[in-house]
Amino acid sequence: MTHGPGSTRRRFLTDAAAVGTALAVADLGLLATITPAAATPEAMRTAIRNVVGEAPVQTGKVKLDLPPLVESGNVVSVTVSVDSPMTANDHVKAIHLFNEKNPLPNVIGVRLGPRAGRASLTTRIRLADSQTVIAIAELSDGSFWSDSVSVIVTLPACVETL
Amino acid sequence: MKRGAVIALLAIWSGGAATAAEIPLSERKSGYEFMGGEARAMQDDDTANPAMLWVLDGEALWSRKQGEAGKSCADCHADAQASMKGVTARYPAFDAARARPVDLEQRINICRTEQQKATPLPFESKELLALAAYIAMQSRGMPIEARDDEHLAPFLRAGADMFKLRQGQLNLSCAVCHDDNWGRKLAGAPIPQAHPTGYPLYRLEWQTLGSLQRRLRNCISGMRAETYAYGAPEYVELELYLMWRARGMKIETPAVRP
Amino acid sequence: MARAIVNVPPKAKHGDVFEIKALIQHEMETGFRVDNMGKVFPRDIITDFVCKYNGEEIFRAELFPAVAANPFFSFFTTATESGAVTFEWSGDNGFSATASRNIVVE
Repeated sequence: MTHGPGSTRRRFLTDAAAVGTALAVADLGLLATITPAAATPEAMRTAIRNVVGEAPVQTGKVKLDLPPLVESGNVVSVTVSVDSPMTANDHVKAIHLFNEKNPLPNVIGVRLGPRAGRASLTTRIRLADSQTVIAIAELSDGSFWSDSVSVIVTLPACVETL
Repeated sequence: MKRGAVIALLAIWSGGAATAAEIPLSERKSGYEFMGGEARAMQDDDTANPAMLWVLDGEALWSRKQGEAGKSCADCHADAQASMKGVTARYPAFDAARARPVDLEQRINICRTEQQKATPLPFESKELLALAAYIAMQSRGMPIEARDDEHLAPFLRAGADMFKLRQGQLNLSCAVCHDDNWGRKLAGAPIPQAHPTGYPLYRLEWQTLGSLQRRLRNCISGMRAETYAYGAPEYVELELYLMWRARGMKIETPAVRP
Repeated sequence: MARAIVNVPPKAKHGDVFEIKALIQHEMETGFRVDNMGKVFPRDIITDFVCKYNGEEIFRAELFPAVAANPFFSFFTTATESGAVTFEWSGDNGFSATASRNIVVE
């Protein structure tokens, strides 16, 4: 889609909003639209590299719990748990969450330690579109492990337009 | 009118309608049953339900002295857990002075202006929602009352008419989706039966607590019909009908919905 | 101060692993929403959350706009000694909130 001098894109967003298909999150009394997502799978890879450097990221040990079909992208419950004894010598140092289609690739970064007793985190995140979410755990031995889930994000049928 | 006559009249009237038929009591399901496990878990846990943030605010507001009269809700109503128990299960209620039903938010503002001599709280404001949530929660678990008040009959009828009225660019009525097609999918989302058992509630789409009127406005604009202003009597009449339609179901405030 | 709901068991046995929950009221304005005149709603989010147990950090989170409004966390820690579990949130525009719960460890 070409971005002409303002008017074409604005009309596209207005038309899309009128049909109710745009991701319109209205503040009361105002019609708000979210600017098109700027993140790409490439941006996510860069964000991951900023965290892990050149170290390889293996799959395993991490379980990323997300509903495969989400009722509202605005609030998505997510649980990340890592198989680890959480001792002083062998524990999870950090858990990072990334996504590929929100405007930004980072979601949250959490620092843990052996005192946690159990490497498990539950939180609520926003997902702008159906996409892949990746959880990466950094262990005390410097290794990185990951899990990923593809999520379908739906919207309630009657999106609010006030 | 004799006792029971109002309910009988309405039952005959709605049973006579050609298409939309009222959902029988045994088949009534709360919106809770149409949503996924995560949203249900959020509602079930008071330590994780975002709506509880507003309830706690409401609890604080209950004891705060307001207005020129310098009175708090507590000064007249003492402990809300006792005095407000069962209130929302019988709202909207008939207000004799106004000769019409009022909903809970309007009732709160009537108290504010007449008793506390304070300015009314704006519709959908954080304070009004917090107070409404705190008060409504005192009826959690109680069944919505089946009321047989002859004063309410014309307003109940107006609400029932509006529920069945086709409106807007899509020529839909509430009944077409919520009486005739509940349980089916609309744009991938299940259509609930539209029982207001949990208001004010935390709607994930709003990312905040909101009132039934806000939800009705969503529906009406979603049907591509023109919405009324907040506080319009049409909403109170519709709410009156919806609560009658949901009679016997348990209050869930503060609920969570997608 | 913004309303917060935190949950720490009042009692635990030494060595037990217990769950902590923290929920705070905050809109988490992403900075990506635009009004109908094209003006951006500026970003206003909580950026950091720290939980300490008798002064020692046991959980730290760096939040981005993708964290949902009214941020919620549930995590675990080991019961070591009696004392205070404290919670601190900070963010854009000088946002700051704290909470604290006592725990008795036997």
